[in-house]
Amino acid sequence: MTPLLRFENVTCRRGGRLLFEALNMEIASGGALHLGGPNGSGKSSLIRLAAGLLRADAGTIQRVELALADDALALDRELPLRRALAFWTDDARRLDEALDALDLTRLAHVPVRLLSTGQAKRATLARVAVSAAPLWLLDEPLNGLDRDGVERLDALIAAHLVSGGAILTASHAPLGGTWAQMELGS
Amino acid sequence: MIGTLVARDVRRAIGGAAWLPVGFFLVVATLIPFAVGPDPRLLERIAAGGLWIAALTAALLPIERLIEPDRANGVLDQLTIRGISEEAVGAAKVVAHWLTFGPLLLVAAVPSAFILGIAPAALGRTIAALAIGTPGLAALAVMVASLTAGLPRAGALAGVLLLPLAIPLLIFGAGAAGDPESGGLLLEAAVSLVLVAASPFVVGAAIRASRT
Repeated sequence: MTPLLRFENVTCRRGGRLLFEALNMEIASGGALHLGGPNGSGKSSLIRLAAGLLRADAGTIQRVELALADDALALDRELPLRRALAFWTDDARRLDEALDALDLTRLAHVPVRLLSTGQAKRATLARVAVSAAPLWLLDEPLNGLDRDGVERLDALIAAHLVSGGAILTASHAPLGGTWAQMELGS
Repeated sequence: MIGTLVARDVRRAIGGAAWLPVGFFLVVATLIPFAVGPDPRLLERIAAGGLWIAALTAALLPIERLIEPDRANGVLDQLTIRGISEEAVGAAKVVAHWLTFGPLLLVAAVPSAFILGIAPAALGRTIAALAIGTPGLAALAVMVASLTAGLPRAGALAGVLLLPLAIPLLIFGAGAAGDPESGGLLLEAAVSLVLVAASPFVVGAAIRASRT
């Protein structure tokens, strides 16, 4: 089976500093990979490479259609939450399901700019959940989430993996479920 | 998706600051008689040039909201992830910006022309020259916005970049308004076309280069 994400001998240099060299990894359908490592070890850079937003200095990266949640909200601040999310999908049913999965339905008509940090994080995750992409890239998805939010994210991740998706995440706090581990900067 | 993007940018501009450049244009045009005095012959001679100066300075106002908010908020990244090329995003931004800048500026040019006492015979030529220049100005504004997005003091830098680059438009545009025989209108159209044609590629490269 072809992997959803594949790094082959990938080297990444940022600002003259070598972050990692000749890195190989692969995530297949149903696979969940957790990136660990100290601050500045290149976790976010690896995720941006995987997303195709940065070019690798060497090596090749193969990817399928993907969705990214990082610390950027990418939702129009002046719009109500549901309309802002609707910019990224035409599938109204999927949108309602994502709002419900993250307990955002009661905030659907609240302008995005009024959301709290944790609510904005849930909205970012909802943006990933509405996309039909099989590969999810989650950079620090737990930042700002309360206990209920973490549980909902765990459920969302489990459902995505069961449906054949794959997830790459970088996080300092532990996530539920079983994850393959990869340490950077060691 | 490109159509959706244009519609979104137009909505954001109309709901926000699209009226600001127009108001600014009117204010600058109104300043000219105060600065040089009310002599109708003098005003008539400098009117076309004055309108162009007003148009160029008005074009500077929206620059900071054209690209930077979408870069900072991750919208540009998300569009790339969805397989929309940065060049297509650039083209959509230019179209959306012109739609909310060009027509409004032309509407504001009519009362401004009366304030400056442009001869009725020259009014049509002046408006036509401005109309041909606005797509070029819009393209230039989006290009400069993408080149300065994320930089400190981007607004001031944008002014220093945009105004010199707009000189060819200014020369041919103001010239065409003054003398119908000069061929300035064709040259202005050529400059405007070059700017519009180049803009998606410049914006695309600038968006990619600004990623960290």
